[in-house]
Amino acid sequence: MPGDILVVENLKKYFPIDKSTLLKRKTLYLRAVDGIDFTVREGETLGLVGESGSGKSTTAYTVIGMYAPTGGRILFKGREVAGQASERPLDIKKDMQMVFQDPGTSLNPQRTIGQIIALPARVHGLVSGGSVERKVIDLLEAVELPADYRYKYPRSIGGGERQMVAIARALATEPSFVVLDEPTSALDVSVQAKIINMLIRLQKQFKLSYLFITHDLSLMRNLATRVAIMYLGKIAEIAPTVEFFRSPKHPYTQMLLSSIPVVSKAEEELRPRRVESRGEIPSPVNVPPGCGFHPRCPMAMDICGQVDPVMVATGQDHLVRCHLYSGAARSFSAAD
Amino acid sequence: MDDKLVVIKDLHVWFRVFGGYLKVLNGVNFTVRAGEKVAIVGETGCGKTTTVKSILRILAPQAKVVRGEIFFKGEDVLKMRPPRLQHLRGSGASMIFQDPTAALNPVFTLGDQISEIIRYSGSRPEGSGAEIRQLAIKALREAMLPDPERMLDNYPFQLSGGMRQRACIAMALATPRELLIADEPTTNLDVTIQDQVLRLVKTLVVQRGMSLILITHSLGVARETSDRVYIMYAGSMVEAAPTGEIFERPLHPYTQGLLSCIPKLTGEGVAEGIPGRIPDYLNPPPGCRFEPRCPHATERCRRSKPEFARVGDGHEVACFLYY
Amino acid sequence: MTVDTRKGHPEAGRPLTLRGENLRRAWYRFSRHPMSVVGLVMVAAIILLAILAPYVTPYPKHAGAFVDYRNAGKPPSAAHWLGTDVFGRDILTRIIFAFRGALVMGIGVLVLVVPLGVVLGLIAGYAKGTLLETVIMRVTDVFLALPPLILALAVCAVMRPTLFNSMMAVCVSWWPWYTRLVYGMTSSVRNEFYVKAAELTGASRFHILFREILPNCIAPIFTKMTLDMGWVILTGASLSFVGLGEQPPKPALGTMVSDGAKYLPAQWWIAVFPAIAIMVVVLAFNLLGDGVKDMLATEEGS
Repeated sequence: MPGDILVVENLKKYFPIDKSTLLKRKTLYLRAVDGIDFTVREGETLGLVGESGSGKSTTAYTVIGMYAPTGGRILFKGREVAGQASERPLDIKKDMQMVFQDPGTSLNPQRTIGQIIALPARVHGLVSGGSVERKVIDLLEAVELPADYRYKYPRSIGGGERQMVAIARALATEPSFVVLDEPTSALDVSVQAKIINMLIRLQKQFKLSYLFITHDLSLMRNLATRVAIMYLGKIAEIAPTVEFFRSPKHPYTQMLLSSIPVVSKAEEELRPRRVESRGEIPSPVNVPPGCGFHPRCPMAMDICGQVDPVMVATGQDHLVRCHLYSGAARSFSAAD
Repeated sequence: MDDKLVVIKDLHVWFRVFGGYLKVLNGVNFTVRAGEKVAIVGETGCGKTTTVKSILRILAPQAKVVRGEIFFKGEDVLKMRPPRLQHLRGSGASMIFQDPTAALNPVFTLGDQISEIIRYSGSRPEGSGAEIRQLAIKALREAMLPDPERMLDNYPFQLSGGMRQRACIAMALATPRELLIADEPTTNLDVTIQDQVLRLVKTLVVQRGMSLILITHSLGVARETSDRVYIMYAGSMVEAAPTGEIFERPLHPYTQGLLSCIPKLTGEGVAEGIPGRIPDYLNPPPGCRFEPRCPHATERCRRSKPEFARVGDGHEVACFLYY
Repeated sequence: MTVDTRKGHPEAGRPLTLRGENLRRAWYRFSRHPMSVVGLVMVAAIILLAILAPYVTPYPKHAGAFVDYRNAGKPPSAAHWLGTDVFGRDILTRIIFAFRGALVMGIGVLVLVVPLGVVLGLIAGYAKGTLLETVIMRVTDVFLALPPLILALAVCAVMRPTLFNSMMAVCVSWWPWYTRLVYGMTSSVRNEFYVKAAELTGASRFHILFREILPNCIAPIFTKMTLDMGWVILTGASLSFVGLGEQPPKPALGTMVSDGAKYLPAQWWIAVFPAIAIMVVVLAFNLLGDGVKDMLATEEGS
């Protein structure tokens, strides 16, 4: 569809784990991402939410080309994109950038901030020689950092500022699409607020589209255009933000929303009635049969342990993957 | 007066570094009563961990207490001799930390580690192996770990993050104590697991009539787990009040700023954040340390440091706006 | 001079003396252990003495072909602080001149060995899982198995024994240690996010190896180099002890020890002082190496 900057179809990413013994060859597969579909529209922010093992970070890394997909396809601006970054054409790499989660490890401690920010611009031939400095200063200004930070090393600036440097680096190639992997999870609330506002401003200023990975639903309520929630490699529910929070359908979404600590009675009232969190999150190596969530689901039915539900639309642009809404449950027990 | 378990008065702690001293704690005033659950909320670097480590006197060697007093059940902690200090750490208070993986010894089973605590914390030094084993199983069961008998023989790497933290809780509560200090115990855990672990801590602490000091940077967590909240900034407490009160009537500009920054489910957008950054502990400002960032700052704030004063029912604040 | 230019910021206008500050911090870390400073002073003294040998030694001529049998075998005295050897040559002078050969050996070996070993290590670590890595590392394993001294003996036995040849022999058995060190570091550094970020951007392999990964390996490399100076010199002394390396009449520490060994215990100073000199040199570099390690350990956090 026109206006879709990123389309992901049936994306799969499995990691083989060798469990061979001396006598028997055996390979287990860690199904980090197990068949997901979503689109990011131009100018919007898609929030991809999940806990550990959900596959949200793997999705981000596959989209950006750190991993080659095991199955499915990725279309960027209508063009099919090859697996790994090294095989992708330079103009796609220029147009799609990433901000990593931990600014402590995504910036080379032995390089100055100026060198770090300038690298992508240099690689893509946007600057050379004299214009490098100008570009670096402009980028630092865009993220509200002083120009002489370009001489500093990452270790002498704080976590929030490092993340601003990471954002400046992502903007160096003038991309149209940015993948952000939990960019503020490691930061204090006041610093997070500053960075989120900066991201919003930059989005308007440079006409960017964001794929925003996070575990923080409250943040998504205020930032995302649409929200998708992932569990064990599959998308459980996806809807426009207001709809998603007003009427969460999937039991996991309800469990997650009930578990968030909030700071006011007004928010408490907005939460769905309490779905108590129970059980541990299973490892993506041992995905339970049927619906991956059924061992923890307070509303699990017989069918849930046997048949994996498919995505069903329950309203305008609101999709849920759950037997409660698919109507399959009735025919299942009838067939018994 | 007498039910005060921990009292910290005007505590100043400095750290020796290259270029001088980091004057981290700048007059901390803090009280926990018996059976009370208190949260200390503050951002990175404000000194919350330093404060609680001072209570148990487990600060790094570069740290120096330059002024102030700490009392545990009326006894002066800073003047305690090693045997008394051992007693404090063995059966007075216990602590759980942010990273349960780092707190558990990877080469010993859970059973070994819990038994060691039970045996050496001073309460049952001569218990037989079987007795101690039973106590260990009981501790694991109370911490909601599945199949405690088998769990004793597990190594930490066989457990998930949430289970490891529960193991740490079991260890902290295996022997009777009066105080549990929890330093960001759920920050590294997933939201649904965090909820479970916090509920567990709250239940266990209430069951045993213990006091709880919970350190967190999340106001939401503080709200759901504690009776009273202290807000800490740059080395001293800036506000303290019963939980409901502090969210409905935040008085200190920093508290108000923090609350406005938190993204809320009501969807009113994210505030701009608090301008500026935390002060340089090497050369901190002489007056109120929040002054450079405060929208209501005056000349008085620049010159002198406001006292932590009572301004209402159980509500204390350190700000010249209120006196 | 650059100044802090943020408008309205409390630190505006403050000059940014980053270089000076970094140097002072480095010195602070280095000097935390006084023994490191002792090591630094000792190494500096050794180097200075070696460079200025003809001007600071009491009997510079004794460092060459020289005999004076009237003064042979004299014990330490005011005229000869460390005594004289069987040819009447001043031992103190010869030791200081011997430092020259020792330092040349150390520096020469390292200058050749370090670039080669480091580059191979970087390539092997980055090419992990490929044939190239296997080839490089297996070759490295083979060379690691060669004992430096035996190899040097063999080489010098086949070719003429000279300082140059023994240096070559030591080089051949020394480079794999650097490869292995850098291989280990590269293998872990290459998985860091900042390397991945550079790869995703499309940076060239050269850039990634030498501008992203290598700077993060510098600390152990430099530390090892400092310590290796001592070890190479010790190896060199072992070689000259058995008659390889620097040939007489040029003084070499090992040769002096072996020559003097015959005269123990009566004229003990002829062997003992050169032996102590070897020990002092190695000790000096070890102490300095500890200091270098402390200095290069990056500060994390505030």
